[in-house]
Amino acid sequence: MFELRTLGSRLAGAAAVALGVSFMVFLLLHCVPGDPVDVMLGEYAAAADRLALRARLGLDLPLAEQWWHFLRGVLHGDLGVSLVSSTPVAQLLLEHFRYTALLAGAALLLAVLAGLPLGALAALHSGRAWDAAASVVAVLGMSMPSFVLGPLLIIIFAVQLRWLPVGGAEHAAGLVLPAVTLASGLAAVLARMTRAAMLEALALPHVQAARARGLAEWQVVVGHVCRNAALPVVTVLALQLGALLGGAVVTETVFNWPGLGQLLVESIARRDYPVVQGAVLLIALTYIALNTVVDFLYPRLDPRIALSA
Amino acid sequence: MKLGLRLAAVIVGGWLLVAIASSLWPPAAVTVSLPDILAPPGTDALLGRDDLGRSVLARLAAGARISLAVAAVVVTVTAVLGTALGLVAGFCGGVADSLLLRLTDVFLAFPGILLAIALAGVLGPGIGNVMIALSVVGWVGFARLARAQTLSVKQRDHVHVAHALGVTPLRIVLRHVLPLIAGPLIVEASFACAAVIVAEAGLSFLGLGVQPPTPSWGNMIRDGARYVLVAPHLVIAPGVALASLVVAINLLGDGLRDRLAPQRR
Repeated sequence: MFELRTLGSRLAGAAAVALGVSFMVFLLLHCVPGDPVDVMLGEYAAAADRLALRARLGLDLPLAEQWWHFLRGVLHGDLGVSLVSSTPVAQLLLEHFRYTALLAGAALLLAVLAGLPLGALAALHSGRAWDAAASVVAVLGMSMPSFVLGPLLIIIFAVQLRWLPVGGAEHAAGLVLPAVTLASGLAAVLARMTRAAMLEALALPHVQAARARGLAEWQVVVGHVCRNAALPVVTVLALQLGALLGGAVVTETVFNWPGLGQLLVESIARRDYPVVQGAVLLIALTYIALNTVVDFLYPRLDPRIALSA
Repeated sequence: MKLGLRLAAVIVGGWLLVAIASSLWPPAAVTVSLPDILAPPGTDALLGRDDLGRSVLARLAAGARISLAVAAVVVTVTAVLGTALGLVAGFCGGVADSLLLRLTDVFLAFPGILLAIALAGVLGPGIGNVMIALSVVGWVGFARLARAQTLSVKQRDHVHVAHALGVTPLRIVLRHVLPLIAGPLIVEASFACAAVIVAEAGLSFLGLGVQPPTPSWGNMIRDGARYVLVAPHLVIAPGVALASLVVAINLLGDGLRDRLAPQRR
């Protein structure tokens, strides 16, 4: 009963944020300087075409009514039609979404596989060479934007060594470089957080008790340290999912990866604003959904949280 | 660690000097020299020349000026605006507070620089629009931090005493709350500087920011990426410049945090 009520309030909160997000995305079209119709059609468009587009976008209606139309469309999965290709925006988004999901999923996996062991090693050998090396890697990973790291990786692995393709999604190998690029920042943050959480957990009294009982060091680490260190690490992971989705926009452009980010950047260049709105909305809503799911996973991980919720 | 901090200070100071110096010889960054197209680094041009034969070194220096200027403007605007909103919300509580929380929730629901990309894209390219887009997105962090800090400070005894003595709320906020929360905000500002520099370069890389022929590290990487096969120095030079400045600012921010806000580790 109690859990159902918290579930309801969390969902209501997420819905409120989603409503606010859709309003901001709706307002984007009205941030276009001057008349959006002129910007989209160019100076020499016929008056009839202008009127037709104005009516199709609903720009002739009062603002509140436009917002209502937009929202009703979103709820029906109708995000309008691309001004360039005349394809429904929803269909375009669907085609590109799976590429972004694949890239983000691969990057997430890589970041966890690299970041957690790196941070754990640094914590277990704190103050020694492993620790110093891990912190240098972490600072570099956090400070190196994807549009710097990406081209550098292309120069090394695609141009000099010729091991991997420069970009594109035609071959499975094309996923490697963009995934590594996107993963680097998250891996660095994870390593740092894992190190801090493990050091904190190692200092807890029950760890000392376990050692006093004569448990092997690996038993102490696996059974008594890791579970306590898991919660802050998972929290950071959840917070960083957004950075992953946002970073995908730039990374996809670097590697010519046909995901939502590339669609967004190309649509901005073509002034195809319905597609711009749709892509931004879909990425933001995906992020909200992921965060809401993570919120529900916390109590499973740490029963102490359910009590205070 | 002390050595790292000193090195970071030298790097940031160096880039500041380079940025100032570059404004003394502005034409060098846009002087075209067609016989020297894509020349590799050498004695003629220390870091080589780009696809129009312009000196990469001169363009790097001019780009540093753009990066640091954008960061200074955006961080000043967002820090002042965000702190003011956070102070008001935290101090007054009630409707103002929950309104601000809802609003920041909505802004934070746009992952990374997505909102800045969309806004800069819709506003159209240009350095002014980059500053607007990054300011619209950047105030949120300051507002959240100032609000949280204000909430804890306003329960302290000296604030209650000031209330009892009849000090006006505005004076309490400015004289008795703001000085106590300034430390964490200054730390936040240093990290925000690094974030804005990366974001500006990112927008310019996507073609949404600073437009050619004005050099920016982001649009230098964008243009250089087309010649990666024949002239990798066009990407490596601005890439290393950007990474060095961002690493150095983040290290300085870490140092500041240890000194000003040790509880926020």
